[in-house]
Amino acid sequence: MKKFTDDDVIVCRCEDVTLGQIREVIRRGYTDPEEIKRITRAGMGPCQGKTCRDIIIREVARITGKRIDEIPVPTYRPPSKPIKVGLLAEESD
Amino acid sequence: MLPTFAEVVIVGGGVHGCSIAYHLAAKGVHDVVVLEQKYLTYGGTGRSAAGIRQQFGTEINCRLAKENIKGFMRMKDELDTDFDLELEQGGYIWLAYSEGQLNQLKKNVELQNGLGIPSRILSPDEIKELIPLLNVDGVLGASWCAEDGHVNPHRVTFAYYEAAKRRGVKFFTYTKVIDIETKGGRVESVLTEKGRISTRKVVNAAGPWGREIGKMVGLDIPIVSERHQIMVTEPVNRIIKPLILCQDDGSYWKQEPTGGFLIGMDNPNEKKGYDIGVTWQFMEEVSRRVLRKMPILRDVRVVRQWSGPYDITPDSQSIIGPVEEVEGFYLDVGWSGHGLQFAPSIGRIMSELILGEEPFISVDVLSFNRFKTGKLIPEPACI
Repeated sequence: MKKFTDDDVIVCRCEDVTLGQIREVIRRGYTDPEEIKRITRAGMGPCQGKTCRDIIIREVARITGKRIDEIPVPTYRPPSKPIKVGLLAEESD
Repeated sequence: MLPTFAEVVIVGGGVHGCSIAYHLAAKGVHDVVVLEQKYLTYGGTGRSAAGIRQQFGTEINCRLAKENIKGFMRMKDELDTDFDLELEQGGYIWLAYSEGQLNQLKKNVELQNGLGIPSRILSPDEIKELIPLLNVDGVLGASWCAEDGHVNPHRVTFAYYEAAKRRGVKFFTYTKVIDIETKGGRVESVLTEKGRISTRKVVNAAGPWGREIGKMVGLDIPIVSERHQIMVTEPVNRIIKPLILCQDDGSYWKQEPTGGFLIGMDNPNEKKGYDIGVTWQFMEEVSRRVLRKMPILRDVRVVRQWSGPYDITPDSQSIIGPVEEVEGFYLDVGWSGHGLQFAPSIGRIMSELILGEEPFISVDVLSFNRFKTGKLIPEPACI
């Protein structure tokens, strides 16, 4: 049976991104959470990174040796929860 | 650490800056520095819907667009990247709702066909057959090109970046340019927040911020920065391949290979400037517009909205090449909302211009000089 490691942990459940994938991208030189998001899609799903954002920032800090507060934080945008297109359209009638 | 000297300094870490850097390095110019005020893809690039099309209404854009498609098709090999660039040639359709719009599309298609672009005019019945889920009420016809499509704008940029970096190009993010120093009418150095780089060649690929960069050497570049908003839905099963653009209300949408719908619209009253905030009004209005055309999207959920800046010029055309006023200063700005897709052709042309070579496609008509001679070349196929 395959032995599971930290790398197998799914950090972005919306986009199915593992910690291993995040670490690989950081080692490849991408240490800005915005760049990591744009390459891996982690944080682009319905929850907009509510789970993965902090984990990714922590990994960047750990691998680069930077302090957490030195790392820029990706923006949350509306809507805070997914809304049906039909409901949005009704709002404007 | 910033180097004290570089052969070429490129201002702007978007897809154009990265493509120019790659093309220079591929031609043997490795001493190149790219300066980006935030992170790579921060500006228009990373906020783009990233359609690629050959359906333009001016000869220069059609000629370049043909090369863009070829460039995207060979990009994965050329840049030797393991990134999935998500190139999908699912076609691009422009829907006309008035005789005036249809006539313009017919003119565009005639021009395109004359240059070897396989676009054509579709009747409403043909449109219905092509996209059965589309409501064609009020549609008089469309122009269509099956070779057009879309890409992943982020990964294209990072692929250029990595290919350039492997060839020795240095990239500095969070390094804002404060001033460009000239002496005797030529570029001498670039001053940044993190130090000064002496150079004889500076490329302004700063998109909407290109106007500010121009001011640093005394150029008044006629660019207006305008916000454009967009939203994306949750991923759902693939139901459409083409990028759809409606000329009655300026709405457009595409379904990404990953399943989400990107939905945007043209809004002439959008905010000018560098604000990249978002509004509720946009989400409501664009939802109303898209549902009139694609009612099947009613129960699909919107997960996020964002916005990005267009760098709009008086004729909605880019400004390319060297300038008479300052030796060693090169422009690649003013793309007016269709810049991403031109990175393959223009990256190469800029590298040729910077090295004093004859560009493989002449871009003289796009020179900064046209604003002095009044020879504007308005691009009718813009959104």
